[in-house]
Amino acid sequence: MALDKNGIAQRIAQELRDGYYVNLGIGIPTLVANYIPSGIDVEFQSENGMLGMGPFPFEGEEDADLINAGKQTITAMPGAAYFDSSMSFAMIRGQHVDLTVLGAMEVSDQGDIANWKIPGMMVKGMGGAMDLVASAKNIIVAMMHTNKKGESKLLRQCTLPLTGVQCVTRVVSNLAVFDLSPKGFKLVERAPGVSVDEIKAATEGRLIIEGEIPEMKL
Amino acid sequence: MAINKVVKSAEEALEGIANDMTVMFGGFGLCGIPENAIAAIRKKGTKNLTCVSNNAGVDGFGLGVLLESRQVKKMISSYVGENDEFERQMLSGELEVELIPQGTLAERCRAAGAGIPAFFTPAGYGTEVALGKEVRWFNDKPHILEHAFDAAFAFVKADKGDTAGNLIFNATARNFNHVMAMAGKITVAEVEELVPVGELDPNEIHTPGIFIQRIFQGEKFEKRIEQRTVRSRN
Repeated sequence: MALDKNGIAQRIAQELRDGYYVNLGIGIPTLVANYIPSGIDVEFQSENGMLGMGPFPFEGEEDADLINAGKQTITAMPGAAYFDSSMSFAMIRGQHVDLTVLGAMEVSDQGDIANWKIPGMMVKGMGGAMDLVASAKNIIVAMMHTNKKGESKLLRQCTLPLTGVQCVTRVVSNLAVFDLSPKGFKLVERAPGVSVDEIKAATEGRLIIEGEIPEMKL
Repeated sequence: MAINKVVKSAEEALEGIANDMTVMFGGFGLCGIPENAIAAIRKKGTKNLTCVSNNAGVDGFGLGVLLESRQVKKMISSYVGENDEFERQMLSGELEVELIPQGTLAERCRAAGAGIPAFFTPAGYGTEVALGKEVRWFNDKPHILEHAFDAAFAFVKADKGDTAGNLIFNATARNFNHVMAMAGKITVAEVEELVPVGELDPNEIHTPGIFIQRIFQGEKFEKRIEQRTVRSRN
């Protein structure tokens, strides 16, 4: 069965390693924080200016001065640090953040990503997404495999305006895990009960399938 | 003696602001925005402003207040999602909008304050943000040329400040306030608590007073929350 959004987040959480600094985008990526494997310590960076982001506050303890990049009220973990926006993006562009997880509307089989603009619709802006994808070494895209019309979001070429080029390292969709290689999406794992044929049918971009493809363990 | 930067009110702090100027506003969403300066600009009626601000406020609060009164000609921001009046003016062509990556926005402020006229960044390469910009390769990677801002005024908000303009921010309300304080030719700081010099520990200052030309204690701070998210105690 294909994964739901929480399943995608749960699978991505397996990529976390002890000592990682992680930036989670809005949407499915935010859910990754709910599945940190036990026995490891990670810190979440919020690009509006903090390290050591904690969970939402208890009711009545919200602080207008303490928000995440999605403008939601949050809390700080012990050891947290606050800083200004230029220092925040120095951390990001300077490759001090170990893992970036973000959502996407489209990913191409060369690792291009489009996630900020749909022509003809109100454009809200790229926020920090272009800075995040421009330098990070480890960028995981969390997304549903197809759009609402059932069309593949893993493409030969992106059709929407790009956020970054040749930057995505891994894609975790509701159907499978892929690593980006120069020759296309290399199938790494299948969602439980999803066949290679189903994945092939749902993917427009070039696929690389070598040997037996294991099922994800969640 | 320390230099005294104190002005009596937000109105007095606006001395010299004029139509068609480029002005900066600190804050991220509604967090750490200079509420009192925005209200005073609304009252003064200064028009055709080019506003550099990460966001454009919401209907009825933040920069939304200046959009309603048509005082803004152009917004330079990274994300502008939460404002119906903004959307209406943008779609009708009344308002010019330039969207730029958030890190580039921050660095263009920092550069302006640091005497760096331009810099190369990898952010935006290969996207429409790079159109018409010089590209150079460093360390086998392409980068695009971005320029420092030039802003006549910067309006920032801090938690505490002293009469010499030294500022201390609270939590994530620091955001763009520090770099915009550096960037403004005239930087106006409004603070929740204004104290005499000597009361702030020099070790704890976030923005040194050299970047601040005028400072006042805000009359009131509403500090509205844009997305109130909580968890249950059970």
